[in-house]
Amino acid sequence: MTLLSPKIDRIIENNPTFRTYVFKHHLSAKPGQFIMLWLPEVDEIPISIGWQEEDEFHLGIAKVGDFTEALFKNVKVGDRLGIRGPFGKPFDLKDSKKIMLIGGGSGTPPMLSLAQKAKKKGIETTVVLGARTKELLLYENKFKELDCDLHVATNDGSKGHKGYCTDIVEEKLKTHEIDCIYTCGPELMMYKIAEIAKENNIECQVSLERFMKCGFGICGQCCIDGTGLRVCKDGPVFDSKIALQHQEFGKYRRTASGIKENL
Amino acid sequence: MNLNVDFCGIKFPNPTVLASGYLGVTGASMVNCVKNGCGGVTAKSLFMEERLGHPNPTVLTYPGGIINAIGLCGEGIKKAGHEFKIYAKKCPNNPLIGSVAGKNIKELIEVAEIMDTYPVDIIELNFSCPNVDDEMGRPIACDINTTFKATKAIRAVTKKPISVKLSPNVPNIGMIAKQAEEAGADAITAINTVGPGMLIDIYTRKPILANKVGGIGGMGIKPIAVRCVYDIYKNVSIPIIATGGISNGKDAIEMMMAGGTLLGIGSAIAYHDMKAFEMITNKIHEFMEEEGFDDIADLVGLAHHS
Repeated sequence: MTLLSPKIDRIIENNPTFRTYVFKHHLSAKPGQFIMLWLPEVDEIPISIGWQEEDEFHLGIAKVGDFTEALFKNVKVGDRLGIRGPFGKPFDLKDSKKIMLIGGGSGTPPMLSLAQKAKKKGIETTVVLGARTKELLLYENKFKELDCDLHVATNDGSKGHKGYCTDIVEEKLKTHEIDCIYTCGPELMMYKIAEIAKENNIECQVSLERFMKCGFGICGQCCIDGTGLRVCKDGPVFDSKIALQHQEFGKYRRTASGIKENL
Repeated sequence: MNLNVDFCGIKFPNPTVLASGYLGVTGASMVNCVKNGCGGVTAKSLFMEERLGHPNPTVLTYPGGIINAIGLCGEGIKKAGHEFKIYAKKCPNNPLIGSVAGKNIKELIEVAEIMDTYPVDIIELNFSCPNVDDEMGRPIACDINTTFKATKAIRAVTKKPISVKLSPNVPNIGMIAKQAEEAGADAITAINTVGPGMLIDIYTRKPILANKVGGIGGMGIKPIAVRCVYDIYKNVSIPIIATGGISNGKDAIEMMMAGGTLLGIGSAIAYHDMKAFEMITNKIHEFMEEEGFDDIADLVGLAHHS
């Protein structure tokens, strides 16, 4: 897998803590896949692939740590970033007719990529977005452009339902028939959704995140307890029934050295 | 037909062993490797203390190989015990090799003493990782006398079989292996990565690995590994875990003919994913059938016969 180092074509500031970096390059990634993003002399981290067009792809990035702080502070349009990938197992739309996508905060970009593919296939797509407050909701216009049935929840009630997106999911499932649920967001939210899917006997796929090194399944850094599966290669997308067999899902993860830390 | 391997009195159901530094990070991960067909596993090298390793990028592929500077991250020998127990409980028939590392001989001895109390069948001595700033300035396995001294010191603290992992980056690997044997080693693991090497991205104009340099593995180093195993086999009478760029069944057979009794499998996972283990064992089986071998032991060292 050769390293690409494309120039940043433009940077969209979605909100003060979230930006979308646009690259003019045909990546041909499948929804749910990720790349390893290298900022020279800083670090390299896994980032989910968001919106894609024939000649461009978007990476939606939240400011959450040293890497992303350095990225936000020092990197401008025209600069080059290193990219390895795409890697990982993508979401599987199977032969679903009606699906529900749930994006929690900065987990929204792969949901957007999946919505693009689903709508192209004519799948009826309900989207539920959740964030702490309305400023942090992501890509609402893009989902509307795609003609998805969009619902939002904010913790402070500044837009849409006041509370969690899982409230909307539970409500919707009472009246709507859904073939499969897809979700990416905070792990505790995805754990809750996996349980809701199980109770309702609905297929569900979740996208996990762990500390990674190689990105292609050889180093073992992102192996999950219980199943021993690799998040970078066997995932990041897992069927929720498999995810619920991961004894650490919704509970803990490991640091760079392998020590467990609670979520 | 027999594909079982007797190695230092330990029974392996087939000759493939997960090589150190690949996937052997947690008990669950090693169990998953056995589910996918490997005969035994080598856990990742452990030091006394927790180590974060180098920052990313740490592992890259390029046409012909893999370069890495992971920097031996790990939770430290004392905290890692439960991972060995998880594995040993679930895979009692697939031997576990514990890999010991240290900044100096004193630390190596201390780590080996603790490793000895864990449910490992063989202790591998990592004398050759290039990604550690060694106090002596270079890996132990690059010096013939230090290899002897370190092996002898660890021999005194464990009765379990010990296998000394050697570096190819020396002019005399056969002689170094001989010293390890004389110091009491029960086996040799060869080879560790070649190099170090470096990759530079011409557009960002920077070395890609955060550590700038890293060890080279993967298919490109196989001829070096074959030659090293051949030299070692010629010089010692203890068995060899042959590793280095085995990427398919033919490579594995070649490595056995050079002198390998067990086969360390790592980069093949990058090329064929987890089915690599089964694929290699199946190819060996097929080859033995075609060529009329009944016992896998008969392949070992065949290239030395006149």
